[in-house]
Amino acid sequence: MATVDLKDVKKVYPSGFEAVKGVSIAVPDKELCVLVGPSGCGKSTLLRMIAGLETISSGTVAIDGKIVNSTGPTERDIAMVFQNYALYPHMKVYDNMAYGLRNRGTPKDEIDSRVRATAKILELSALLDRRPRELSGGQRQRVAMGRAIVRNPRVFLFDEPLSNLDAKLRGQMRVEIKNLQRSLGVTSVYVTHDQLEAMTLADILVVMNAGLVEQMGAPLDVYERPASTFVASFIGAPPMNLLPLSQGPAGPALADGKTIEFAPANAVTLGFRPEDADVTFGAEAPSGALILPALVEAVEPVGAESFLHCAAGGSRIVVRVAGRATATVGNQLRVVAKAEKLHWFDQAGKRVG
Amino acid sequence: MIGQSPLRTVIAHAMLILGILIVAFPIYYTFVASTQTLQTILRPPLPLLPGDQFWNNYSEALFGGVGRIGGVSVGRLLLNTTIMALGIAVGKIFISILSAYAIVFFRFPLRMTFFWLIFITLMLPVEVRILPTYKVMVDLGMIDTYAGLIIPLIASATATLLFRQFFMTIPGELVEAARVDGAGPWRFFFDILLPLSRTNIAALFVILFIYGWTQYLWPLLVTNSSNMNTIVIALRKMVSFADADTQWHLVMVTAMLAIVPPILVVVLMQRWFVRGLVDSEK
Repeated sequence: MATVDLKDVKKVYPSGFEAVKGVSIAVPDKELCVLVGPSGCGKSTLLRMIAGLETISSGTVAIDGKIVNSTGPTERDIAMVFQNYALYPHMKVYDNMAYGLRNRGTPKDEIDSRVRATAKILELSALLDRRPRELSGGQRQRVAMGRAIVRNPRVFLFDEPLSNLDAKLRGQMRVEIKNLQRSLGVTSVYVTHDQLEAMTLADILVVMNAGLVEQMGAPLDVYERPASTFVASFIGAPPMNLLPLSQGPAGPALADGKTIEFAPANAVTLGFRPEDADVTFGAEAPSGALILPALVEAVEPVGAESFLHCAAGGSRIVVRVAGRATATVGNQLRVVAKAEKLHWFDQAGKRVG
Repeated sequence: MIGQSPLRTVIAHAMLILGILIVAFPIYYTFVASTQTLQTILRPPLPLLPGDQFWNNYSEALFGGVGRIGGVSVGRLLLNTTIMALGIAVGKIFISILSAYAIVFFRFPLRMTFFWLIFITLMLPVEVRILPTYKVMVDLGMIDTYAGLIIPLIASATATLLFRQFFMTIPGELVEAARVDGAGPWRFFFDILLPLSRTNIAALFVILFIYGWTQYLWPLLVTNSSNMNTIVIALRKMVSFADADTQWHLVMVTAMLAIVPPILVVVLMQRWFVRGLVDSEK
């Protein structure tokens, strides 16, 4: 139905603050693009520029190949789900959903059938005569979704729509949004600061930091090959372990002075995911692997897995072990990570190799 | 209340009853006086119970025309005052809600300058600008007209500020949602802002209606013909210098009638804005 193309989009506020410093993203038809990043990274500003709620300082935003820089939000034919839902408090659920259609001059009977059909999809049929304040958070969220869906727009925009829900409901709604988006086949842009939401929802994951795109790609590609230390530490929970390397006489070395012979020469940071390491009490040393003597400082049993927080190589690291951990606090053990599971980053924090 | 002892209940009720008596007794006494003949009133003490002249006095005041104020009936006075009070209340709300809407939701050059200009007029009550205003009204030929009674009092900095404060509590997301839903400035104003302001409008209407109803100085200046007098002015005119000339029984009737419309407005609107409070968000 529609593509969304951003070309070198910038946002400079009158105060001189540059919120978005040149972002180019192409969202193909029917795909869901998630913008993720810490607060203040410019992701919401970017979304609002796509919506037409914020002016574009330079660059272009195109929907379906047509540049929409100077068109208003109404003419862009987008629908937006807001963080606080932004339901009209004095209108019934039905009118909340019908309002956008009425403003477009849709015939009455068509409005009625569309609202009722949408309400059915979202299981809101019984609530059509209620007002927003009589609804629970999850129901309000559904109405906000319904208001977007009923318009049958070219693009859905989501601005952290789940951040006001409790964890359980958030998990449910996440699945529902994904299914809805897929079955309706509407191109979507979704902003969140929750990396789990980002990973599970995205067709295209865009990691943003300080107004710039750090990395863009399929979620698992981003997870497996983070382009920078920022992405490595932002995506994944618990985040990737990052250890500083110093330049020893025979190449990059750990803080304790031990040279890592298979490290790229310009690597200054070494990273590995908590699940990519094993712990061993023995002395056997597999070749081509990173071996770190570690002291267990805390054990977090989660049920299906346990996380060992250890002091190793002058830093804190986290290692995931399946099931119950045999190690206890105070144990001295060795963390082993295979060479192919290691990530290397250079002085600028960029990925090496 | 939590932990209310019987003694405290008694004291609280005693205080409330005393307060009501202090407020209500003069009104009751006025009512009593309005049902007596002039002779009874002029010969103290005045009885504490209503007399038998209720129909005579009230019909004379309402329909007979009272000599003292140029033969104008109380009905005409009530009409004049109602038109003026309604005009002031509705006009003030209309103008202030629109100016607050402009100041809060639109970005235009000198926006804050205009805001401060409105704000500063708070310091200029009618009395301060009364001479220039009078001159303008004379030049425009608005003496003895409803427009002359209403227009000079119609702008309200206070109401503008109240609406501004209320509008600023409306979340930006709501405004944006309306924009995405295709609501232009007028649609947003009528479909969203106005319904949300219902409670504020009702409360302001009560306050402003009573403000208009009790205006004294301005109607006194701007009306010459008895036909255009408001009830407050007429009451003043009915009370003569020589006590014997004053038709006290009719003065009392007029006073009683003068307080009925404000009471009606308060009672009716109170219901309305309490419901508004319950109905609106949260």
